[in-house]
Amino acid sequence: MSEEKSSTATLYERIGGEAAVNAAVELFYRKVISDYRINRFFSNSNMDAQIAKQKAFFTMAFGGPNNYTGTDMRNAHARFVTMGLDDSHFDAVMEHLGATLQELNVPANLISEAAAIAESVRNDVLGK
Amino acid sequence: MNKLTFGEQIVTCKTGDTVLDTLLNNNLTIPNSCRQGACQSCLMRCLNTKPPAASQIGLKDVLQEQKYFLACICYPEQDMTISLGPQANLFTPATVISKEILNPETILITIACEQPLDYYAGQFVNLRRADGLTRSYSIANSRKHAEKMTFHVRRLAGGQFSQWVHQELSVGDSIEVSDPQGLCFYLPNRQEQNLLLIGTGSGLAPLAGIIHEALEQGHSGEIHLFHGSREMDGLYWIDEMHELQKNHPNFHYTPCVSRGDTPEGVARGRANEVAMSTLAKLKDWRVYLCGHPEMVNQAKIHAFLNGASSKDIHADAFHVASASLD
Ligand SMILES: Cc1cc2nc3c(=O)[nH]c(=O)nc-3n(C[C@H](O)[C@H](O)[C@H](O)COP(=O)(O)OP(=O)(O)OC[C@H]3O[C@@H](n4cnc5c(N)ncnc54)[C@H](O)[C@@H]3O)c2cc1C
Ligand code: HEM
Repeated sequence: MSEEKSSTATLYERIGGEAAVNAAVELFYRKVISDYRINRFFSNSNMDAQIAKQKAFFTMAFGGPNNYTGTDMRNAHARFVTMGLDDSHFDAVMEHLGATLQELNVPANLISEAAAIAESVRNDVLGK
Repeated sequence: MNKLTFGEQIVTCKTGDTVLDTLLNNNLTIPNSCRQGACQSCLMRCLNTKPPAASQIGLKDVLQEQKYFLACICYPEQDMTISLGPQANLFTPATVISKEILNPETILITIACEQPLDYYAGQFVNLRRADGLTRSYSIANSRKHAEKMTFHVRRLAGGQFSQWVHQELSVGDSIEVSDPQGLCFYLPNRQEQNLLLIGTGSGLAPLAGIIHEALEQGHSGEIHLFHGSREMDGLYWIDEMHELQKNHPNFHYTPCVSRGDTPEGVARGRANEVAMSTLAKLKDWRVYLCGHPEMVNQAKIHAFLNGASSKDIHADAFHVASASLD
């Protein structure tokens, strides 16, 4: 019974839904804006709006309900590509995603699932 | 089925449809992006009733209190009157009842409004003079005296409104006041929370209002105020704040100047830098930042990196209106 439940629940549900997203987003954003490799992409003029956007990032990475398509991801990041966004920056974000989830004691198998979802949009984010 | 009134339009929201769906289906333009309550692009405000609690999840408490909600996750429970952004600006007549010098560049004015205005300590209003010139000023008193409001107006060289307040506006003159606005205000929830307040120049005005309100409401957490200016001349209410500190063991005051000599009891450095090095751990603190836009922006990020949650950081940058806006 419980096995069946865990196999049908989405990653988003298993990780803890919106509460998990809320816990993750600030930890993650602190890491991102402290990281000289990538913080130039995150304008510091409107922190609240940026944090809200990172909530969307996590909901997506956790496979939660979202309406983003590959094209949306391309559009959302296109101006960063013109600023030089490349694989090294993407890798840095992946690093922070993993570290954040570890800090929240998310089990390793769920972290890999989230990483795989984020990895799946690499080409869209990088405009390839 | 509930009715939605949006400006001039009245539309019907079908059961099971969100406010956003309904408005978009009626060809109304509403910014939106994720449509799942995360990105907050579709933030709207309800002007009559309290919006459903589920449509306010994740919003700052001050936004919730002001009846903001996310249209994409709002299933109306009754008829709603809604708007994008702040309400149309209404003005109330008022009379200047006193004028007092705080320091060589700052003046305190008190006005009495014809109708008491409902505001939260820390909010600001727009003051409008007879020819229509309008500027924002923060309310410097707590809510105890709601028919009277005080403001600290700093004179800027060549500044149209501030010069006029300093040189021409007199006791007995009329001025118009808008509805109170802004989200940088004190709510008496979580009274055990520690408060950090940082202000530069006349940024002390809203902070003083917040501190008085918090103390009157019996706030039990520690309250730390850092007030900064370039030079000693730019500070004011030093004695008053020391007095307040004497009477309230949980209130702590640090005046700061970044240039020139610092007398005993005054910290050397920018207020935000002094504050952040004194209070390196801000987890679970509530933070209020008012004054110079650059200070506000730096302090916001610094407070966040020191552990404060973005939901607990409230700020009003005193942006100076551009000459082209007049
Ligand atoms: C939310 C908020 C709250 C505020 N609260 C307070 C408060 O409590 N107390 C307070 O003192 N202020 C406050 N302010 C600032 C206030 O609203 C005014 O911006 C300020 O008083 C200056 O207005 P002014 O008309 O005197 O200056 P303006 O005439 O708008 O001029 C501003 C500056 O620009 C310069 N300037 C103007 N025109 C030109 C030009 N053509 N070329 C070059 N320079 C030019 C002027 O010399 C001056 O230094 C607040 C602002 C905001 C947004
Ligand atoms: C790992 C895969 C990634 C995913 C799933 C992802 C997802 C998202 C999403 C959903 C948004 C919100 C879009 C919107 O609604 O406007 C967003 C915005 C943003 N992303 Fe990403 N992103 C990824 C990688 C990156 C990388 C590598 C960078 C830069 C180093 C980056 C920088 C940003 C910035 C700065 C914004 C905010 C845009 C704004 O302010 O309008 N993202 N991202």
